[in-house]
Amino acid sequence: MLKLLLAQGMLGLNNGVFYAMMSLGLAVIFGLLNVVNFAHGALYMLGAFVALILYSYVGLWFGMSGFHIGFWPALILTPIIVGGFGILIERFLLRWLYKFDPIYSLLLTFGVTLVLQGLFVNIFSASGTPYPGMPDALKGVVNLGFMMFPKFRLFAIVFSLIVCLIVWYVIERTKVGALLRAGTENPELVKAFGVNVPLMVTLTFGFGTGLAGLAGVLAAPIYSVSPLMGADLIIIIFAVVVIGGMGSIMGAVVSGIALGLIEGVTKVFYAPAANTVIFFLMVVVLLVRPSGLFGREG
Amino acid sequence: MTKPASSHQTLNDAGEFAESIPHEKLVRSRTAQAMLWVLLIAAVLFAPALLYPVFVMQLLCFALFACAFNLLIGFTGLLSFGHAAFFGGAAYICGHAVKVWGLPPLLGILLGGVFAAALGYVVGSLAIRRQGIYFAMITLALAQIVYFLALQLPFTGGENGLQGIPRGTLFGLDLNNPLPMYYFVAAIFLAGFLIIYRTIHSPFGQVLQAIRENEPRARSLGYNVDRFKLIAFVLSASLAGVAGSTKAIVFQFASLTDAHWQMSGEVILMTLIGGMGTIFGPVVGSVVIITLQHYLADIGSWVQVVIGAIFIVSVLLFRRGVVGELARMLKISSV
Repeated sequence: MLKLLLAQGMLGLNNGVFYAMMSLGLAVIFGLLNVVNFAHGALYMLGAFVALILYSYVGLWFGMSGFHIGFWPALILTPIIVGGFGILIERFLLRWLYKFDPIYSLLLTFGVTLVLQGLFVNIFSASGTPYPGMPDALKGVVNLGFMMFPKFRLFAIVFSLIVCLIVWYVIERTKVGALLRAGTENPELVKAFGVNVPLMVTLTFGFGTGLAGLAGVLAAPIYSVSPLMGADLIIIIFAVVVIGGMGSIMGAVVSGIALGLIEGVTKVFYAPAANTVIFFLMVVVLLVRPSGLFGREG
Repeated sequence: MTKPASSHQTLNDAGEFAESIPHEKLVRSRTAQAMLWVLLIAAVLFAPALLYPVFVMQLLCFALFACAFNLLIGFTGLLSFGHAAFFGGAAYICGHAVKVWGLPPLLGILLGGVFAAALGYVVGSLAIRRQGIYFAMITLALAQIVYFLALQLPFTGGENGLQGIPRGTLFGLDLNNPLPMYYFVAAIFLAGFLIIYRTIHSPFGQVLQAIRENEPRARSLGYNVDRFKLIAFVLSASLAGVAGSTKAIVFQFASLTDAHWQMSGEVILMTLIGGMGTIFGPVVGSVVIITLQHYLADIGSWVQVVIGAIFIVSVLLFRRGVVGELARMLKISSV
């Protein structure tokens, strides 16, 4: 029983770090832009597909069928590509909606989600494709004492945790982060100090979406790459964010990881509830602490 | 978000809070509205002579769904991203009641509406604890619970949905005949539409619009804002439930598609395209979207891309929607 619990806990932790990275990006974007990015799940899916395309298709496009861009370069390239795509969305679409009610930007990103999902369903079909580019160094399993755990998943957990810590450090402890936080509080004042706030907004959106892309690359070798992989994930992330409160970076990370763990453990006790346990927890949090566990506003 | 969500709509410097409507505009608006009512009723009555009845019935179900949704987004300023839960959830309840318990269709539809009202009470009570964009996220997450229940509960038929719901009879008329079925659906639609129209033009509806325009001010005037929001939410949910139940009877099945969040998105799009906060907008919007889906069925899954693109374009360029833009051009009131 304990072994089963620990095993599901580890798998849950794996999901949890993805939740953490996703809600982190969502929180950073929301903080500065006051935009809830519905397309975050679709951009995660895009990240996984970019990794797949880099490995399986780029070589073919250039007539070199044996040429692959593997996992390690993809780990760097994909967030840049997805982040760049995010920057395009911000520059050409979202920008026009800042002066209106924030629900319009939610609806706009919802439209972007439908377009992205629809495009990939048409190009790659709705069923998943396994990612063939798992690096040799991360194949196989390691013995954790209580279970044999896939090396790659362990890598994904550690890597994501490091990324979350770095993001937290940059935002809470560096000068760039201080500007970002100041921009969240009072963009007009920051502008008056000569900071290019529109550029900061664009880069922040690119950064947040890049994180979603990064989660996508890390997920590609674990789950099969499918156009709908982000569809239900985004709703879980919304629940995570409601539970954690969008106010704090640490809140997003901690609640993401905790909820992944809880979801995993629920599988042991009552598997059919695993899908919904996060939403029920959200209900409890709303009843007890409506502004979220780490939230600042009501 | 300390500022109210609709801060761009607040008062002007002179402190006027409602532009006085010139007499001319009032007369023009009344005439236009009377004409639209006549047009709507005539269209509903004579549509089956020109169009395939099942198609028109589908239109009417979605039009009622969108009108119910508009009561929240358009007249109370609440964006529910979970209305598929009421639409789809009620469809399952109605379908089960009619198929397994042998209830007549009218009672089944009413039961679906009652179920949606109860569900709306629970979802609404939780969601109004947060404002603005959080409201949307909470309704979305709660609706996902309903979706998973529809997937996992034993009576729903899982991935296949609930099939073979009998249409039954109404006052001795066999609803398997297209015309009695059609006029049954038409009556439900017109009744629902009238309820929404009367609600909007009642003192209660005026308070809802005050909340939409400026929630803190409505609160300071002594209105129990949360209570008004909750009543509006329950009313909207129950009418959405009636629409979903009716659809289940028409098509004789309840499916997961109707409970999925994409359906919540579709009803938002219908309302947005037609015009949020207008009386006839959601009807126009659902006609546009359903017709589009009907004629684009050949291109299969590309429909989703088209729908998404329409979403993006209308959010960027036509936030008033078809009816809202027309009303502005003709200088008439769209409410």
